[in-house]
Amino acid sequence: MEIRPIFSSLRRHRIPALLIVLEIALACAVLCNAVFMIGQRMANIHWPNGIDEAGISVITVNGTDAKLAASNIPRDLAALRGVAGVTAAAAVTSMPLDQSPALTGFTTTPDGKTTVNTSVYFMGRGGEQALGLHLLQGRFFNAEEYADSGLKDFQSTAHVALVTASDAKRLWPGKDALGKQLYANGKSWTVVGVVSDVLAMDPTTSGPGGRYSSVFYPSQPDGMMGNYVVRSAPQDRDRIVREAVQTISALNPGAVVEGKTYARMRSDYFANTSSMVWMLVLVCAVMLAVTVFGIVGLTSFWVGQRRRQIGIRRAVGATRGHILHYFQTENFLLSTGGVVVGMLLAFGINLYLMQHYAMTRMPWYYLPGGAVALWLIGQLAVLGPALRAAAVPPVVATRSV
Amino acid sequence: MMFGYYLDLALRSLRRNKVLTTLMVLALALGIGACITTLTVLKLLSGDPIPQKSAQLFYPQLDPYPANQPFSRSGKRLPFLMSYVDAMNLIHAHKAERQAAMAMSQVKLMPPSGEGKPFYAQGVLATADFFPMFDAPFQYGSGWTAADDDSRAQVVVIAGYLNDKLFGGANSVGKMIRIEDHDFRIIGVLRAWAPQPRFYALHLGGRSYGKGDAVFLPLQGARADGLMPSAMMGYGKSIDVDHLESAEAIWLGLWVQLPNAAAVSTYRSFLGNYAREQVSLGRFRKSHTALSGLMEWMRSEHVVPEDVRLQAGLAFGFLLICVVNTVGLLLAKCLRRSREIGVRRALGASRGAIFAQFMVEAAIVGLAGGVLGLCFAELGLLGIRHQPAQYASLAHLDLSMFLFTFVVALAASLVAGLLPAWRACVVAPAPQLKDA
Repeated sequence: MEIRPIFSSLRRHRIPALLIVLEIALACAVLCNAVFMIGQRMANIHWPNGIDEAGISVITVNGTDAKLAASNIPRDLAALRGVAGVTAAAAVTSMPLDQSPALTGFTTTPDGKTTVNTSVYFMGRGGEQALGLHLLQGRFFNAEEYADSGLKDFQSTAHVALVTASDAKRLWPGKDALGKQLYANGKSWTVVGVVSDVLAMDPTTSGPGGRYSSVFYPSQPDGMMGNYVVRSAPQDRDRIVREAVQTISALNPGAVVEGKTYARMRSDYFANTSSMVWMLVLVCAVMLAVTVFGIVGLTSFWVGQRRRQIGIRRAVGATRGHILHYFQTENFLLSTGGVVVGMLLAFGINLYLMQHYAMTRMPWYYLPGGAVALWLIGQLAVLGPALRAAAVPPVVATRSV
Repeated sequence: MMFGYYLDLALRSLRRNKVLTTLMVLALALGIGACITTLTVLKLLSGDPIPQKSAQLFYPQLDPYPANQPFSRSGKRLPFLMSYVDAMNLIHAHKAERQAAMAMSQVKLMPPSGEGKPFYAQGVLATADFFPMFDAPFQYGSGWTAADDDSRAQVVVIAGYLNDKLFGGANSVGKMIRIEDHDFRIIGVLRAWAPQPRFYALHLGGRSYGKGDAVFLPLQGARADGLMPSAMMGYGKSIDVDHLESAEAIWLGLWVQLPNAAAVSTYRSFLGNYAREQVSLGRFRKSHTALSGLMEWMRSEHVVPEDVRLQAGLAFGFLLICVVNTVGLLLAKCLRRSREIGVRRALGASRGAIFAQFMVEAAIVGLAGGVLGLCFAELGLLGIRHQPAQYASLAHLDLSMFLFTFVVALAASLVAGLLPAWRACVVAPAPQLKDA
């Protein structure tokens, strides 16, 4: 395809051509960044979590008398285990993604420093089965450790702890974590087991270092343990939540009892993120539609203006295919100009966002990705007007306007 | 009237090419709708929570943290809450016109009749100046006094909506209400009062937006009954939760009212002297202090969610694309009419007249885009009200945003119309006529 005639024709329509280039450039810049943001947020929504998310339901009890915890919690747990379909139940202080962070900074030496906030979980006997923790190394807590431990002033009185695989690697790189000492606030605990990564209580605010930084302690029943974790087959969860809330409410008449499946907890935690994703998707779709309108509008006008020239070209031997290709090539050239400017703009916007917002660098492949998308959209938009141009009969040339 | 003639010409021209006109109006309306939706939310979230008072409200900060365990790594940020000892020292110094310390607490409420289930509500534990300082309006009764603070009075002020729920809106002053299994006597009922965002709850663990807090209790009286603050941070070995008042922990927000610049600078030096005195007493390691105005404090603490600002930026990018699109389509329409322009010029129309004619056409597109954009914005806000965010229920278009929509629409369309109108008015009459 000869492109020199296209250039000379574009030179005669400099302003409309520049407008198409500008529109494609802006669309490309916004699209790259928006898709990047969508991708990041989708990755957050799907952060893996080393507990049995599909089988867990959580019953939260507030407003009970903390002094009676030692007798109430075992009684409540026995009742929960009696609900048909429940395979395990245990009391815990808090859950991953429950947004009420209890955080401590742990170190490997008595006077070390750390910048990572670790989520601290206290679980009662049977907590590992109820949560579905995956043991990678070492062992879970034994019966004496559960019985002899508790919490005072938000600190564990135990001597042992479980850490996550990420923390084991971060705190003791290249070494075996088992048997090592964890230090915080002048106390220490021996690591007896390593479990696969469990999410923090509020991972989006704890940063990449704290996302999978969790420590588990054993504890006897305590007033701080306001959550009962109930495990069952996934299909039984909704019924079990209902029945469990009834059971616990009946046993604790003065308390406020709420229950939800863990799947629901996760979707609640990410509710704002997913609405942002939808908003971004919507804006991208509408923006691309507007870009298509613009290209269709300008090209149609263009075709209308050049009906006579097209007729002459057809009369002197150009086939329909030639005319079609002419407009397609023209659009391709304009899109190329647009995406080159657009990629620079996209990169610039990304740099700006990195400075002013919590945004990371956009991987390079988003830029050619956006370029290809806009090339395709340009071709799609030009197809209609180009086909209409190709349908112009040669006889037009002989008519006087 | 020439304007009437231009209007007629513009309407004729817009009617002649319905598809192109629809595309222009639709694109502009989408851009405007997206912008107005996000700006309404941004304005809602970043607005002044207490316009008549915000210039007089200040938030002092001190730093009781030990040297080897600074509050922030960079050392630039001061602890955003205060220990009980410091808050009380500052309050009892009476160096500001008004001063109040506060904490938030989730409290269990028992319906008074004894029937119905207990429920949780957001409570504020505060000292006496809270109500006059924040201009909280009373429907019945009043707040408590500094003497009530000192005597640990078991009294409570409740929100209007809670009064409606529990007492059917009747005057409940003097009645008892059970909070966290203790009885409190109601001494005041507020009118609807919910500063947006809830600046005083920042870092204290309360909600930032949405309907106001339910109960307000005297700090010392409520603490004597064992009510716990929602947020506390320790700077010692551990937080002694049984003795929070003397613990090495920060858990209170302190606000002061300073009527003028002189009062601010006096308070600033008082604060500095206090910190230096604490250093010499060995309680503090660092003597740096801060005193921020309300709006400055909200800005520095990034109260507006980042996603909301990103959305507004994205919407403006989108509007820009829509404007470029409108420029292109208007230009296409205008170039197609070169002959018509040539004829009008040859018959004596000035360049200014042609320019005005095309700008009127652009303005009509803009107004139509504004009306349709308003519909899109209402749809967008409807969508936002169905989102789970705290501020969702507040997302409504107010009068100023309603008018602003048309300002944006007209400005966008006139900017978009400039280039085509200029191209139109430089069309030379002769060649166009010859060509025909």
